[in-house]
Amino acid sequence: MRTVFKGRAWRFGDNVDTDQVIPAEHLVTMDRTELAKHAFAKVRPEFAGKVQHGDIIVAGRNFGCGSSREHAPRALIGAGVSCVVAESFARIFFRNAINIGLPVVEARLGVSDGELVMVDLGNGTVTNISTGVRSTFSSYPQFVMMLMEKGGLIPYTKERLDCRK
Amino acid sequence: MGGTIAEKILAEKAGKKQVQPGDIVEAEVDYVMVNDVTGPAAFDEFEGLCTPLLEKKVVLIPDHYVPNKDIASAIQAKKMRDFARRHKVKNYFEIGSGGVCHQLMIEQGFAAPGRLIVGADSHTCSYGALGAFATGIGSTEAASVFARGVLWFKVPESMRFTVDGKLGKHVSGKDIILTVIGEIGVEGALYKSMEVGGTSITALPLADRITIANMGIEAGAKACIIQPDEKVDKYLKGRVRGRYRKVKADADAAYSELWEYDGADIVPVVAKPSLPSNVAPASEVDVTIDQAYLGSCTNGRIEDLRIAAKLLKGRKVHRDVRMIVVPATKEVFDQAVKEGLMKVFSDAGAYISGPTCGACLGGYMGILAPGERCVSSTNRNFVGRMGDKDSEVYLASPAVVTASAIKGRITDPAEVGK
Repeated sequence: MRTVFKGRAWRFGDNVDTDQVIPAEHLVTMDRTELAKHAFAKVRPEFAGKVQHGDIIVAGRNFGCGSSREHAPRALIGAGVSCVVAESFARIFFRNAINIGLPVVEARLGVSDGELVMVDLGNGTVTNISTGVRSTFSSYPQFVMMLMEKGGLIPYTKERLDCRK
Repeated sequence: MGGTIAEKILAEKAGKKQVQPGDIVEAEVDYVMVNDVTGPAAFDEFEGLCTPLLEKKVVLIPDHYVPNKDIASAIQAKKMRDFARRHKVKNYFEIGSGGVCHQLMIEQGFAAPGRLIVGADSHTCSYGALGAFATGIGSTEAASVFARGVLWFKVPESMRFTVDGKLGKHVSGKDIILTVIGEIGVEGALYKSMEVGGTSITALPLADRITIANMGIEAGAKACIIQPDEKVDKYLKGRVRGRYRKVKADADAAYSELWEYDGADIVPVVAKPSLPSNVAPASEVDVTIDQAYLGSCTNGRIEDLRIAAKLLKGRKVHRDVRMIVVPATKEVFDQAVKEGLMKVFSDAGAYISGPTCGACLGGYMGILAPGERCVSSTNRNFVGRMGDKDSEVYLASPAVVTASAIKGRITDPAEVGK
């Protein structure tokens, strides 16, 4: 499992709801690449065109609140986002991300758009490489870590069902 | 140490004597529900698993974009229908017999005290009004439950909310939950289970309690549970599927926070744009409106329509306002016809549609143009929720929505009288 991510930051504020991540009118496909074309379409229309593979979202409190739509973390994966750092996450978004293999960490990091950020799941640190500022986060509970290591809930479910037999 | 309702249900479903907040358990789910927007991904994921569908636990309800709003949504709805046929799912509810998923889950007797229910829709927490532990999940999780019947849960801490005393005229469950969210904020109950009780809540009809539980998610809650009483038993009689057992909190249950309210202090309120916590008394908000929406899993029940019809009878919707009335389900629709409510709405100049989630989430059937403002009985007023990013949503009770539709501006129902 990959534990270190380095990428450019996209800075967001508090209470970024899943309607903002992927507006409802685009909930007519589950294709990650197609969804990615409409990520943040209403609130940050330049995102879809400018996001690069490996970029990291750094947000404030309650990221991913609102609708349970799994389209939101799927759109972010489709856009190439490698990791989401936020001061706190809404619980359904947090679970969805873990269950489909998008790393999400709860940490507070001062950062501006475009600065280089590093997330290390192994030692629990997020670093603003551009400024040298670093902060820490507590590690996932054991069960959640196990899910992440297996690549998400579907690989885990297959293992429990003995699907390879 | 005793347990809260959430802890006791999760313990029982996980086959444990007791669980503590923070424990992660795998628990047996009674029902798993998906809709036409969240279902397709669950179906794709499920087909990759090597096991038959646990058909008895699965409920499929198309409601978001049905009747099909366009070709892409028609394909999604067909995917659900095809999945239901292929796996012989009995609990599939076609338009014309169904409606908005959460109201339907309750009407159809899936939701009952003590049950553990998950749904790929965030407002699944509604069933807490009947004493169930019910919570929103994602599509991938739904697929996993289709196959294994269990899901992992982190046992939440519980917060206790007590509302005592007589509520004022025109004060509803919506005003209670908006007042609470206005105070604790949109992440005030993050990761936690809200337990709501007190004499004001006991006195409320089940419909209002469902509104309260429905909006727990808007405070970030994992579940929002009201201790079931004889009103719940009465509602479920002849309706409920299978047996159920009412789970009560122990006297020495531990709560992370206690909040107390005097019911007499609560007034008709609105949540201004763009968060459900941006709450103010309706009487203090002076803005004109373009649309008034009455419907949704939050307030699309027969009780809500009755309140609106009572205020509207003999009056007209303001000439500058479009009022849209959407009964949540066929049962609500039929009852409204039977009681003559539809005639009242129609005579007043309101537009009536069949059940759909459509406009609540900015899907279709009532989208807002830039600069337009809607007073809505729904649950979310985020940026662009019901249309353009420069449109605005004010959340309110059916009484405030209707009074505002008559006056053409946000209005406290007392001003309209009756």
